[in-house]
Amino acid sequence: MKPFVAVLDYGIGNLRSAQKALLLSGAEAELTDDPKVISQADGVVLPGVGHFGKCMKAVEKLKPVIAKVIEAQKPFLGICVGMQMLYKSSKEAPDVSGLNILEGEISLLDTKSDDTKKEMSSRALKLPQIQWNQITVRASHYLLEGLDKSWMYFVHSYVPPIDENCIAVSSYGKEFCAVVAKGSVVATQFHPEKSGEDGLKLIGNFVKNL
Amino acid sequence: MSDTHARIIPCLDVDAGRVVKGVNFVELRDAGDPVEMASFYNEQGADELVFLDITASSDKRRSVVELAHKTSEKLFIPFTMGGGINDLETARLILKEGADKVAINTAAVERKDLISEIASEFGSQCVVVAIDAKEVDTKEIGAEGSTKKYEVVTHGGRTPSGLDAVEWARQAQDLGAGEILLTSMDRDGTKDGYELELTSQVAGALSIPVIASGGAGNLSHLVEAVQAGATAVLVASLFHFGEFSVAEAKKYMLEQGISVRG
Repeated sequence: MKPFVAVLDYGIGNLRSAQKALLLSGAEAELTDDPKVISQADGVVLPGVGHFGKCMKAVEKLKPVIAKVIEAQKPFLGICVGMQMLYKSSKEAPDVSGLNILEGEISLLDTKSDDTKKEMSSRALKLPQIQWNQITVRASHYLLEGLDKSWMYFVHSYVPPIDENCIAVSSYGKEFCAVVAKGSVVATQFHPEKSGEDGLKLIGNFVKNL
Repeated sequence: MSDTHARIIPCLDVDAGRVVKGVNFVELRDAGDPVEMASFYNEQGADELVFLDITASSDKRRSVVELAHKTSEKLFIPFTMGGGINDLETARLILKEGADKVAINTAAVERKDLISEIASEFGSQCVVVAIDAKEVDTKEIGAEGSTKKYEVVTHGGRTPSGLDAVEWARQAQDLGAGEILLTSMDRDGTKDGYELELTSQVAGALSIPVIASGGAGNLSHLVEAVQAGATAVLVASLFHFGEFSVAEAKKYMLEQGISVRG
């Protein structure tokens, strides 16, 4: 039987691509905000685009079911702001609490390079970072199998910290955390559903593990 | 290696469901089915795609929404929809159908709040403000030799707006635009190269990315636009009629020292 993935639909942006990518990877996938459906899923995807504070506000009523599926150790994939929301807080909306599943704070991309050669070749880096960028795997993980040095599509101005949970990094001025994993929870700062073949491979890795 | 990787973005002008490309927006030639062409460019390594819907009928909203729907069935790279989007509701429908960004042009000039409305609802990352600019003839006013000036034109290049392109781009950024798609009306369809002075003026004044558009006639033009400050280049005819592939363009850019996605 195909694994069933609930894509959390809380009224934010483009969810259809995530659903299509999961279907293509061999899962059943449904956009839903129904706690019953979500708690019965084999895996859960939390997408997110735009403003941290706005997303947290929109996701408010799904907080209990998110806590429940994470406690039940269901595979859980956060994408972009869906990754950022897993942390304790964000500098983008300092008064708003995150889901507090991961320690640490989301901060603005620091585009001032330490490397003067790099700085000269790249002049002032634009924000948001809107481009494909290469990821470097730091710790082997099922999600990133076959994806070291792969190119992924990023659209963001804020980033999670590089800590012990960070399993892949990328660089924009300075290195930042691109993929995080802790227990059954994984999350990507980039959009795998918009990252062509390699992005589909990552989603496929998530589905295979369900 | 540099941390910026220039994006190559094929642009498909779509009229009633078919891809067309105008020379100076007047003479149109048929170049195929939009979703098929999108997949073709995806396979060649295009970084994103832009669809500009130029359908001039009351069915317009339905045609852009339908195109977004069909495209997201098959395409797993980012794409932008533009062309006559003039309200929040149309933007909402397009994004819901799987588009990543909407490009707004004339509607943003006529009602600037549209930029902040879409940005606050769906985030700045999905708001591309498209600016069509035309060089102002400064010779007439005896300003020869001074810095070139560009005026924003709307309605597909027909209506002068009186706005200065650099000023308008800066204002669009402040209102919440995440990117500027900057087209030179003087160069569009000419193959004479991007208007580098315009690109450089606007990119230099902004902190958000600028996509250069209008005039690409060979691969060195792409390199020049990035050197002038664009973080992405929009290309149409150069690819549509098979003169070059996206892969060839990327190879050339790499040889010229511009980092691109491999």
